Amino acid sequence: MLAPALLWWAIFLALPMGLVLATAFFKGGAYGAIIYEPTLRNLERALDPLYVGVLWHSVWLAALTTVICLLLGYPAAVYIATRASARTRTLLLVLVILPFWTNFLIRTYAWIVLLNREGVINGALEGLGIVDEPLSLLYNDAAVVLGLVYGYLPLMILPLYAAIERINPEVLEAATDLGARPLRALRTVMLPLIVPGIVAGCVFVFVPSLGNIPVPELLGGGRSEMIGNLINRQFLTTRDWPFGSMLVLTLMVLLMALLVLQSFVLRRSRQVGVDG
Amino acid sequence: MNQGIRRALVAGVAAATLAVAAACGGGEESGTAAQETGPVTLSVLTFNDYIPENLAEEFEKKTGNTLEITYITSNEDGIAKIEGAEPGTYDIAFLTSPFTQGLIAADKVEALDGSKIPNLANLYPEAAELAYDPGNAHSIPYSWGTTGICWRQDLVGDTVVDSWGDLLTPDDNLKGKVTMLDEDRWLLEPALKTLGFSVNTTDADELQQAVDLSVQAKSTLLGYDAETFYSKLVSGEAVAVQGWDGWCNYGTAEDANIQFVIPSEGSDLWVDTLVIPKGSTHIEQAHQFMDFILEPQNGQWVAENILYKVPNKAAMDALDPALLEQFPNMAIPPSTLLEQEALEDLGEGQSAFTDAASKVKAG
Repeated sequence: MLAPALLWWAIFLALPMGLVLATAFFKGGAYGAIIYEPTLRNLERALDPLYVGVLWHSVWLAALTTVICLLLGYPAAVYIATRASARTRTLLLVLVILPFWTNFLIRTYAWIVLLNREGVINGALEGLGIVDEPLSLLYNDAAVVLGLVYGYLPLMILPLYAAIERINPEVLEAATDLGARPLRALRTVMLPLIVPGIVAGCVFVFVPSLGNIPVPELLGGGRSEMIGNLINRQFLTTRDWPFGSMLVLTLMVLLMALLVLQSFVLRRSRQVGVDG
Repeated sequence: MNQGIRRALVAGVAAATLAVAAACGGGEESGTAAQETGPVTLSVLTFNDYIPENLAEEFEKKTGNTLEITYITSNEDGIAKIEGAEPGTYDIAFLTSPFTQGLIAADKVEALDGSKIPNLANLYPEAAELAYDPGNAHSIPYSWGTTGICWRQDLVGDTVVDSWGDLLTPDDNLKGKVTMLDEDRWLLEPALKTLGFSVNTTDADELQQAVDLSVQAKSTLLGYDAETFYSKLVSGEAVAVQGWDGWCNYGTAEDANIQFVIPSEGSDLWVDTLVIPKGSTHIEQAHQFMDFILEPQNGQWVAENILYKVPNKAAMDALDPALLEQFPNMAIPPSTLLEQEALEDLGEGQSAFTDAASKVKAG
């Protein structure tokens, strides 16, 4: 029964990834041709401070996005899972998922309408006399992070909700009965139990944020490129596929490290769960 | 306004295109494939909304040939389709000049027989002097234009915008309200032209100077925009943008204060062309199609609906003067267009150019 799954994996994951990997070590010729001579030139280029800087900048923005999503998503998930009545809970969950019914690009464009110098927010602030000059809300890193948080917050809330919802409320009650204050109960009982949810949420938010293409382009005004834009350009405009592949490879190595970290954290949390 | 048209303009990556050409170039015959006679179905590669809707009908009425149209989203897409398919799959392709030049250099398009395209006589004399294909030996021009500054006269006080320098080092009336194009070839253009270099340069030192100047200019930009710059002008979010002439008209259509100027340092010239990819078995009929495309009413349609200038004199002469009055840049004469530097295929130098553009975006 493993065979079909394995075949699927081989054809749609291993093979394309293998091709990318191989391409990364060939030369890019004029007119976008791939010259089949092994070379490390692309690796050297990818390690150029210029491109490492782009990668670092992307990691920083994606990490910031993840942290903000966690801070916003945690209380939301706790509320939905423990405080809301059954009917409100369903309603709230639908509301969390609702944005996915509209195309991500269109929702991102909507932020332009809200944030631009002549936009809704600036118009309101000026109308109320709060500011004299329109604020520059758009085309900077803050706008990019805002767009990413907005886009991926549901991906944080849902796994957190799933993890919190599974906890037997009596465990928390027991902690309280044994004298733990609410914060203490939260920290020593709840948190270890939902680590898998937190880790999953963080990965779900971090990974697509890191490789995001439309948000930095639309809300960042193309002024600060993220790694996704850089890769996108290598394949579509520059047609330097080998260099593009090498950038993909560096990104994959980074993400792989992240997944290793994830499984490490999960294993530890399981141990803690057993020991505690 | 329209992706297809935008993509038509993306000559920026000229060289890139021949990718597969170079890769699969070996062992190909340069002779002509066996030809089919009589009415056939011509397979045409073109951009969305770039030809009149009833073109196929009219062409069939006139010649008996039918058309099968395949839409492409970009020049690169077009080249990839031509190179990826069996030779002879496509009989006609619409491509922007640097790409056309690359195909000609790689011997990937059929030579044209001018005697079979009598409507070439409708073109301006200048249209036969285009550097990428002198004498229209391999391609016919469909539309042409340049890049310049599109600006709001009513929102910049007494500032007169007429040079690339106004975008690179904007005064207080413009600061933070300027956008530039971020397609590789145009991204460096303001800096290259200001420094007095060619838009086709691949010289490392010249590129570096252009990169430095462009990076400096980033701090006073609103952002890069190659898709909606005219809307930003209409909303007043931006007051001066680097943009293509035809697209500037889309802004002018909504607000007459939006004007277009070719900067004093000079600019570039792009031409959208038609070619017959090598291997076509319908060369005769493809010539008929080219001749048909050059009939004045088709050029007129482009000018009136897409607001691009066309190299077709007969078509331009037939335009309502009111249109030229509403969109003054439509009246830019061919002689002025030809004074701009034609965008060329950069060949081997493309990667150096692209690297420079990446530095600006990342810097």
